[in-house]
Amino acid sequence: MFGTTASLTLFAFAPFDWFLDDLYGAFMEVLARVLGMPALEYAFMQRAYLAAICIGIIGPLVGTFLVHREMSMIADTLAHTAFAGVAVGLFVNNALSLSLAPIHSALVVAVGTALLVELLVQYGDVSTDTSLAMVLTGGFALGSVLITATDGGIAVGIDAYLFGSLATVSKASVGLLVFMTGLVSAAVAVAYRPLLYVTFDATAARAAGISVTWYNRLMVVLTALVVVSAMQVMGVILVAALLVIPVATADGSRSFKRSLLAGVLVAEITVVTGVTLSYQYGLAAGGTIVLTGIGLYVLSLVYRRLGVPTRMQHRTGRWRLNKLSERIHGDATAEPKADGGSDDERR
Amino acid sequence: MNGTTVETVSEAVVTVENASFAFADRPVVDDVSLEIEPGAFLGLVGPNGSGKTTLVELMLGLRRPDSGAVRLFGEPAHAFDDGERVAYVAQHATKAAGRMPVTVREAVTMGRYPHRLVGRFSETDRRAIDNALERVDLTELTDRRVSRLSGGQRQRVFIARALAAEADLLVLDEPTVGVDAESREAFYDLLHDLNANGITIILIEHDIGVVTNHATEIVCINRELYFDGDPETFVETNALADAYGAEQAVLEHDH
Repeated sequence: MFGTTASLTLFAFAPFDWFLDDLYGAFMEVLARVLGMPALEYAFMQRAYLAAICIGIIGPLVGTFLVHREMSMIADTLAHTAFAGVAVGLFVNNALSLSLAPIHSALVVAVGTALLVELLVQYGDVSTDTSLAMVLTGGFALGSVLITATDGGIAVGIDAYLFGSLATVSKASVGLLVFMTGLVSAAVAVAYRPLLYVTFDATAARAAGISVTWYNRLMVVLTALVVVSAMQVMGVILVAALLVIPVATADGSRSFKRSLLAGVLVAEITVVTGVTLSYQYGLAAGGTIVLTGIGLYVLSLVYRRLGVPTRMQHRTGRWRLNKLSERIHGDATAEPKADGGSDDERR
Repeated sequence: MNGTTVETVSEAVVTVENASFAFADRPVVDDVSLEIEPGAFLGLVGPNGSGKTTLVELMLGLRRPDSGAVRLFGEPAHAFDDGERVAYVAQHATKAAGRMPVTVREAVTMGRYPHRLVGRFSETDRRAIDNALERVDLTELTDRRVSRLSGGQRQRVFIARALAAEADLLVLDEPTVGVDAESREAFYDLLHDLNANGITIILIEHDIGVVTNHATEIVCINRELYFDGDPETFVETNALADAYGAEQAVLEHDH
């Protein structure tokens, strides 16, 4: 990971500068005038929006697979160990008088932990839940110890990593996010079929000769990449939200492809609204984005419960009939499900 | 798929030689030997916890035996990588998959993934998918979400996925748990037809009546092999009682 970001800094900076200032910047200035929002002319706001848009793409892209494998906790765990990675970077810098970007050490630590967590899930004797909780708190504990071990000198700047910040999104971190968006999107596009098969029916995928282990590894590594690159905007504590909440909001989709697209769409609405509100009222960006996401989720829930058939839901008469009888009888008398059915079938 | 079955007539689909497997120090499969010929409809029966699922997992190479050998289409099962020849519907697979936003067509298309992990699907791929949907009578429901189907319909989705794979071997682990009686009958008729067309079937089933009705060969295990032969003989022997009796003994032994 060192290599990619380092070479990005070296080789891609000039074209990225051009993109950021001349192309994207110019577009945002036009947008600022059209919408009458002068905030869009500030370079830092332009960077914030670009970063948020990138996170809105890669979050649900990886999150959809995680959520449906019931592994959402992994995102949170990796975020917290990425914090340890930041602390390690700051600690090493402090001790050896280096000037490594902490985000680099965070990437290395998070990817390393991702693979470790995958091993724990696969071979560990303890339950997944327990081992994740242990790694999560362990990572955070290591981070806090390392910070205090250096006379509090490195505590400066830790807040930005914990809670995220829009104003401090540097050109380098936007560059990293744009790069990661390309990388993660390409990886998901290429590995879409095996990832979907493994998510849907891991045993059958294995019997069909797909290496479940390797695709699990790919999934957790992608999660680590997303979490670390989004960490500076969202903050360690809240970053996992964008891998989970938009996906839950888009759960009414019929097909998996649509649920991916709907997840990205919901996430984009979430981040753009969140960033705008956060700037307008001077609120914490990460928190505002997460609360916006939860707000949209609640809205979607209400929408579905009220039984307004959206395009995403199937519109058979049978379904409307069920909704009707549900309202009349006060319970969902859908088709009999011998296995008891599952909750979302009644949405 | 008929072409390949003709070619493989001489070769046993599965060969198990003195295979044993234990979870930690608890043996679940003990010195089992059997052979499954192409075109067989094998019913695998035995009490709960008798190692049926594990035996199937050994056959498919999902687990390696602690001792003995398992061959799948002539190759060591664990090294077998011709995934498109095998389709497996695991126990509770349909229930677990029930929550995801996946359409019937998407699920059935997964059967073609071993053939084409990346890149565009060919005309052959699409035809295989369409044929499979038609075969199990799901053409009308292709855009429905799998989670919104009844148990019986869901079961057919998984069978269609296996058909789309054009697999030679179809392995089903208690496929009709949670399926109503009527759909169950139709489901076994479908399996019967598929078998008549040359697909080898291994079926784990707790309903002994169903197995003796449809299968051409019965294997009864409870850790050890208790019976391997045709259904008529199975009904006449004491194998079933012995196998279930052995479980009793094991339970008492444990306490």
